[in-house]
Amino acid sequence: MSAEGHDHGHDHEHEHHHKETFITKYIFSIDHKMIAKQYLITGIIMGIIGVGMSMLFRMQLAWPEESFKIFNILLGDKFAPNGVMANDIYLALVTIHGTIMVFFVLTAGLSGTFSNLLIPLQIGARDMASGFMNMISYWLFFLSSVIMVCSLFVEAGPASAGWTIYPPLSALPQAIPGSGMGMTLWLVSVAIFIGSSLMGSLSCVVTVINLRTKGMSMTRLPLTIWAFFVTAIIGIVSFPVLLSAALLLIMDRSFGTSFFLSDIYIAGEVLHYQGGSPVLFEHLFWFLGHPEVYIVLLPALGITSEIIATNSRKPIFGYRAMIMSILAIAFLSTIVWGHHMFISGMNPFLGSVFTFTTLLIAIPSAVKAFNYITTLWKGNLQLNPAMLFSIGLVSTFITGGLTGIILGDSTLDINVHDTYFVVAHFHLVMGISALYGMFAGIYHWFPKMFGRMLNKNLGYVHFWVTAICAYGVFFPMHFIGLAGLPRRYYTNTNFPLFDDLQNVNVLITTFALIGGAFQLVFLYNFFSSIFYGKKAVQNPWKSNTLEWTAPVEHIHGNWPGEIPHVHRWPYDYSNPLHEEDFVPQNVPMKEGEEVLHH
Amino acid sequence: MTSLLVIIVLVLLAVALWQLTKIFDLTQEGSHSDSSQVATDNDNNVQGYLMFGFLAFIYIFTIYGLFKWGNLVLHTPAAEHGATVDNLMNITWILIFTVQAITQVLLHYFAFKYRGKKDQKALYFADNNKLEAVWSVIPAVVLAGLILYGLYAWTNIMFVDEEEDTIVIELYAQQFKWSARYSGEDNVLGKANVRFIEGVNTLGVDIADPYSQDDIVVSELHIPKGKKVHFKMRSQDVLHSAYMPHFRAQMNCVPGMVTEFAFTPIYTTAEYRELPFMVEKVANINALRAKKSIQLVAVGETALDPYTFDYLLLCNKICGASHYNMQMKVIVDTPEDYAKWLKEQTLLVQDVKNANTAEPVEGATAKDSTSTKDTASVAKIAMK
Repeated sequence: MSAEGHDHGHDHEHEHHHKETFITKYIFSIDHKMIAKQYLITGIIMGIIGVGMSMLFRMQLAWPEESFKIFNILLGDKFAPNGVMANDIYLALVTIHGTIMVFFVLTAGLSGTFSNLLIPLQIGARDMASGFMNMISYWLFFLSSVIMVCSLFVEAGPASAGWTIYPPLSALPQAIPGSGMGMTLWLVSVAIFIGSSLMGSLSCVVTVINLRTKGMSMTRLPLTIWAFFVTAIIGIVSFPVLLSAALLLIMDRSFGTSFFLSDIYIAGEVLHYQGGSPVLFEHLFWFLGHPEVYIVLLPALGITSEIIATNSRKPIFGYRAMIMSILAIAFLSTIVWGHHMFISGMNPFLGSVFTFTTLLIAIPSAVKAFNYITTLWKGNLQLNPAMLFSIGLVSTFITGGLTGIILGDSTLDINVHDTYFVVAHFHLVMGISALYGMFAGIYHWFPKMFGRMLNKNLGYVHFWVTAICAYGVFFPMHFIGLAGLPRRYYTNTNFPLFDDLQNVNVLITTFALIGGAFQLVFLYNFFSSIFYGKKAVQNPWKSNTLEWTAPVEHIHGNWPGEIPHVHRWPYDYSNPLHEEDFVPQNVPMKEGEEVLHH
Repeated sequence: MTSLLVIIVLVLLAVALWQLTKIFDLTQEGSHSDSSQVATDNDNNVQGYLMFGFLAFIYIFTIYGLFKWGNLVLHTPAAEHGATVDNLMNITWILIFTVQAITQVLLHYFAFKYRGKKDQKALYFADNNKLEAVWSVIPAVVLAGLILYGLYAWTNIMFVDEEEDTIVIELYAQQFKWSARYSGEDNVLGKANVRFIEGVNTLGVDIADPYSQDDIVVSELHIPKGKKVHFKMRSQDVLHSAYMPHFRAQMNCVPGMVTEFAFTPIYTTAEYRELPFMVEKVANINALRAKKSIQLVAVGETALDPYTFDYLLLCNKICGASHYNMQMKVIVDTPEDYAKWLKEQTLLVQDVKNANTAEPVEGATAKDSTSTKDTASVAKIAMK
């Protein structure tokens, strides 16, 4: 596996035919398409674990301290004696659910899969700029996933200080058992994850800048590529800050420094820490934590931009405005982190500044939402499962985004901060939306990845049940948040004040369980279609982008002959000058056809 | 058990639906062409109508929710600044519901109206600067209004004027209990640090500080109606958050620093209990509790006590295993009752003195106070 053999910077005829063994083809592959599949399948497995956990703690919330055999089977005698979930494992489940879903599923699973798959194919490159670094990036991700999963089996239990791991709780094993070995593994896993993410992002940025095919100017890039490109930049800017926070926390935990700790009396003794501040950690954490929302969301929005245009058979409305809004969101996302900390004890003046910057984000977001809706207008909508998930994304993005106006306003945040209102908000706007984006991407590019089609009827069932359950879970949740119910409570039974919320909790859990169960439909469809799905044609969705000019069978180097040249923007759908309702990017301009500067 | 049954039913339901789609597939077995998984006109038609149906679902669910769960939401604020907060909240809600109603209709209606047909051609409509300017400027203007109102309210709430006549009270958080320290007649809290924690002095107050001579430590918070209370928060171990939802008040308690929040209560506990919405809410809760009690008694457990409303201080930042049970009762008294109650409390210095005289031998070697003494003294404070 010499690195030179994959130097795709030059447009060599790709004549190298390596003897590929099972190991180089399926395991230590440096082919971006295989790496994408590896990311996807690892992401799906982590997703099963993460969603499964949420089912368990939702059951505890609906039927507090009731005995379920399944708890005992899954959590064991220590954490679920007689089938009753213990309170420390409840917190661990919540923590690991958040960590897995945010980092492992919606960052690596989503971005890792689709930026690896689509960047070379859509910009017309043989592979990513550095196949080897790409491979390392996947294997670091795999390693960090394994470590995270291993941390579930530590004797004192996995990390349980919330996915935000605020010290001192996360720093002191005396404060919560999960802050011992479990937390150490969490930090190691996330540190490795950051390494993986940085390598992936670097390779993504370099590829987009350097390896575009002839004619593929920046304003002819599909919006997917814009989204992946900008996401990678946000990642490079903000992930290192989380890494430094994690390293400083490791120092505090293991080497007695006082970056985040001060004046602590716990378990009957005064600890030596002096002069640190947990608020500093909050700043560092959210300096990544907030951009992370967009690291998760932008690729999903990029994917849906592409799918909505293709399946509306219309140009995406306001291509330039879409790019500008991606850039604006990216910039603003790095200066709003403080809205997670309005009541952290920081100076209220800072709160004012962050309220201002936060509410500004609503403007580019509104532009995006309206542009999607206008793209649908007078289209010829092909309502396949990918399109349904994309429309679903726009719906949840609006519903969830609007409540952000409340949370971003420091005055209103005082009373809803850390209640279920927040849980409802961010699950809709980033959790469900990004998941929809991921599903949409899978349904749309499955033929590209596996050469076969997913079953559309199973896809329809999957979408409709998921869509109803997503609203069924998170819409009522706003109300219990507005009733003042704090999140991360193992049970509310100690507060008779909240007794009237119990019926709502049962309803939420019922929807969650149905929605969770129906993901099995997707899993069945996904895994059976890899082997038994109908064979795909080269361009099943009649799409314009370059990946559909590559043959169905995967070959190293993507195109058998020369890389196609690009002559037009990617959204020439239903162009009145052409017979067909789509004009692939590699079709030369007709005589008299104007170059559209979109 | 019922819950297990519910789950089994759900799983069976899932299996049934899955089987149905399989059958549906089999009926289409005839068409083996490669494009069979691409949406046909028939699919577009069915899915278009379903989109319309989904719009109806969102609307009905929202309206149902507002009627059914609307009364669960926190009602009349019990602090002076609460009116501003709730007002801003209501304005924001009107805005949100308007935008939500319009955009969801457009989105789903378009998905239905323009569902694909074979001979239909989409409109080649790529750009319109005017339209885009409109939907950039409108949100910008509306948000500017919200931001201004929000910042005005925020500044009024958060910046406490040191000159103002307030009652200074310390809220002290530890796993998993709250305490309060009253600053006494001088209205200044004595210096404190965890390094002073010793025996009954569980808050680590510097007993030698002249300001701490009149400090009072209690485990139930009393505040007078109509007087601004200036809370100063401390934590001895991990982050906690002092959340008093009825007062629209919340602030984190951070080890190593003092945070603050101030508000003026406007209803005594007794008055708030009498508000019509609260009477109704409590009656509803008690009906639910009575129902649950019947079940409990049936299986030989004790029935639940009937509930009477009290203001609460909850912990709202994950702080450990018993986070879900870290609370303190808050009682708003009339100013007279408050003064009377405060008089009945013993001073912290007195508590410390009593503890030392009760066990003079250990008092002499107070530096390494044994754990038995610690628990005894903590229990004594907790009993108050």
